[in-house]
Amino acid sequence: MAGNWLLPAETTTSGRPVLRPGEVESSLQPSVDLVNEENPNLPSFKSGLLILTTYRILWLPNPDSTPSPSTSAAVAVPLGAVTHIFQSKKSIKGMFASPRVRFQVSVTTEGRVQERGSKSMVITLVFRGKSDPDSFVVKFWEAYRGRAWEGSVSASAEGVEGPAFLGDGGGSSSSDTGLALKMPVVGVSGILRKEQEMWESTDKSLQDAFQDLNALMNKAKDMVMLAEKMRQKLLSGSNSQVNATNDEEMGSKEEMQDWLLSVGIVSPVTKESAGALYHQQLSRQLADFVKTPLERAGGIMNLIDIYCLFNRARGTELISPDDLLRACSLWEKFNVPVMLKKFESGVMVIQNKSHSDEEVFSRIRSLVQKPDALQIGVSATDAARTLGIAPAMAKEHLLAAESKGMGFLCRDVSPDGFRFYINIFQDIDPNDEYLVKEYGVYDSWIRAAIASRSQSASTDDFKFCELTIVVSLPNRFLEYVGKKG
Amino acid sequence: MQKLGELKLPPFFNYPPYFTLQPVRETREKQIQLWKELILDYCRTQKIFVVGLEEDFPLFSNPAIERSLNHEARVAFLSAIVSDGRAEWMDKGHRRCLILWHRIQDWADIILRFVKENGLEDSVMTVEEMRSGIESRGTDVHGMDRTVLMRALKLLENKGKLAIFKGTSTDDEGVKFSV
Repeated sequence: MAGNWLLPAETTTSGRPVLRPGEVESSLQPSVDLVNEENPNLPSFKSGLLILTTYRILWLPNPDSTPSPSTSAAVAVPLGAVTHIFQSKKSIKGMFASPRVRFQVSVTTEGRVQERGSKSMVITLVFRGKSDPDSFVVKFWEAYRGRAWEGSVSASAEGVEGPAFLGDGGGSSSSDTGLALKMPVVGVSGILRKEQEMWESTDKSLQDAFQDLNALMNKAKDMVMLAEKMRQKLLSGSNSQVNATNDEEMGSKEEMQDWLLSVGIVSPVTKESAGALYHQQLSRQLADFVKTPLERAGGIMNLIDIYCLFNRARGTELISPDDLLRACSLWEKFNVPVMLKKFESGVMVIQNKSHSDEEVFSRIRSLVQKPDALQIGVSATDAARTLGIAPAMAKEHLLAAESKGMGFLCRDVSPDGFRFYINIFQDIDPNDEYLVKEYGVYDSWIRAAIASRSQSASTDDFKFCELTIVVSLPNRFLEYVGKKG
Repeated sequence: MQKLGELKLPPFFNYPPYFTLQPVRETREKQIQLWKELILDYCRTQKIFVVGLEEDFPLFSNPAIERSLNHEARVAFLSAIVSDGRAEWMDKGHRRCLILWHRIQDWADIILRFVKENGLEDSVMTVEEMRSGIESRGTDVHGMDRTVLMRALKLLENKGKLAIFKGTSTDDEGVKFSV
C-alpha cells in the first residue's frame, strides 16, 4: 500500500540504486521529502535521499533511520511521466520555510504515476537539508529536456536488460543496437562502404568525446555502447569479412577486447553530482563494485589493487587514494558485506565479511602439517601460493597465526630466510623432554623429520644412478655410430 | 638418537624454530624452559662450569640442520638460568656465565660425602689436591671449578665443618676438616 502511487525502485545491498543501462546520476540531495500536497491521504516519503538521474527521480529512505535499507522502500518517478516543472515562487514566506520544488506528473485513473496517464497530479519535493534546490531545478530541467529515457525504451525493447551500472558496460546485449545501418550491403563495394561508414561514425564519436572531459561525460553512454559494439564486432570478426582483418591484427584483437570489456562504470559517483554525499555514495558504489573482484581473488584483496581496479572501471572522474580510504572507512557505518582491515604492519586490505580469519587459519594449519612443510617449514611465498593471495598478505596471515595466544606457528629465522613451522613446543612435556605423545604434532613432526633424513639419503643414491645413465648413454651412442660407420 | 658428548639430545634439537628466539610470550616461555634444562643437563654430563657467550659452545649450534643461536637468544636462555639461581654472570658485560648445575649447598653436601667416604674427617688437604688429587678421582669433586669449590668450602667453614687457612705456598690454600 505504501508508495503504491509511485513506482518501486530496486537498490543494491549496500543501498545504491540499481540503474538501468545507460542511466546516469546527475544530482543527489539529502533529506528530501516527497509529498503529494493535493491528496494528503497518500503516503508521503520523509527525509530520504533524492537522486536525479537522466531517466528517473529516485527517492531512497534515509540509511541512518533504517539500519538495513529494505529494497522495497525505495521509489521512483520516471522522468517520462513528468509533464511540467513549476518555477519556484520567491516569497517572504518561502524564506523561512524549507525550499520546495513542484512538478506535474501524469497518472492513471487509479492515481498511479505512469507515462501518458490520463490524469495529472502535482508532486512536491521539500528540501530539508542544506541543499541547493536552485541548482537541482537546473539539473532537473536538463535531464527532463535531455529525454535520455526515450532511447533506453527502444533499447530495452530490443533486449538490453538488467542492471549495467557496473562492470562490463552494456550488460548481456548480443544484438546490434544503436548504430544500425540501413544501407543494403551488396558485394565487395557494399562491405567496403559499410566499413567506411563505421570508421567515420567512430571517428566522429571519438573526436567529440575527447574535446573536453565534460563532453566525455556526456558521451559516456555512447562510448560504452560503442565499446560493446566494437567488442561484438571483434568477436564475430573471425567468421565475417576478411578485408579488414589480416593476420597482423589478430594479436592485438584480444588486447583490444580486454580494454573494451573494462570500460566500466557508466554512472560514477562524482563530487559534482553527489556534493556533500560524495564519500557516502562513493562508499556504497565501491562496496557494490568490489564484490566481483573480491570473489575472484578469494575474498581478500590489497587496497592498492582495489584502487587500480576501481579507477580503471571509472575511466574518467578518477578518485584519489584519500577518497578511496575515506570511502572504505565509511563501510563500518553501513550494512555492507565487505570490510576494511588493517594489519599490524599497516598493510590494508579489503575482505568479505564472510571471509573469516578462522578459515584462513585452518588452511594455514593444514598447510604446515603437510609432510614437506613439517620438514622445511613454509615461507610467505609458499603460503601465498596455497592461499592464492599476495605474499605480503600471506605473511600477515602467518604472523597473525603465530601471535594468536599460544599460536600454532613458530618462526625460524636463518640465513635461508624466514620460515614458519607447526608449533611443537606446546606438545613437549617439560618434565620429560624425551617423551613423545603419540599422534600429537610433536609425534608427526618427528616422523617427518626422520623420513626426510632417510629420504635425502635415498635421493642421493638416485642422483648417482641418473648420473651414470647420462654418462653411459653417449658412449653407447658413439659405439653404435662407430659400428654403423 | 643424536648425542653430544655423553648427552642424548632430545628430538626437538633438530627442530629449526628451537634455534630462533620465539617472539610470542607463551611459546617463548616454553622454549626458554626447554633450553634451561638442556643447558644444565649438558653442563652436568660434560662437567662444564663456565659458558662463554662469545666462544664456541657445541650445544648452541646444530650443524645437522645448519642452525645456531644468536647472541640475543644465548643471553636470554642463560639469563633465565641466572634468575632461577642456577647460574651467575661472571662479569658485568654478561660475556661469561658460571653454571651451577649443583647449587652451592648441594656442592657442600657432595664435599662432605666425599670427606666421609674417604675417611678424611680430621685430615688436612690443599684445595688443589681436592680438585685434582688421587683421592677425589671418580667423584664429582674431581675437576670442580675453583670458584665453585671455594664457595662451597666457605659455606662449610661458616657451619664449622672445616677451617680454611693460608698455606706456605702463596698460590694454594689448605683445608682442615673437622666433621
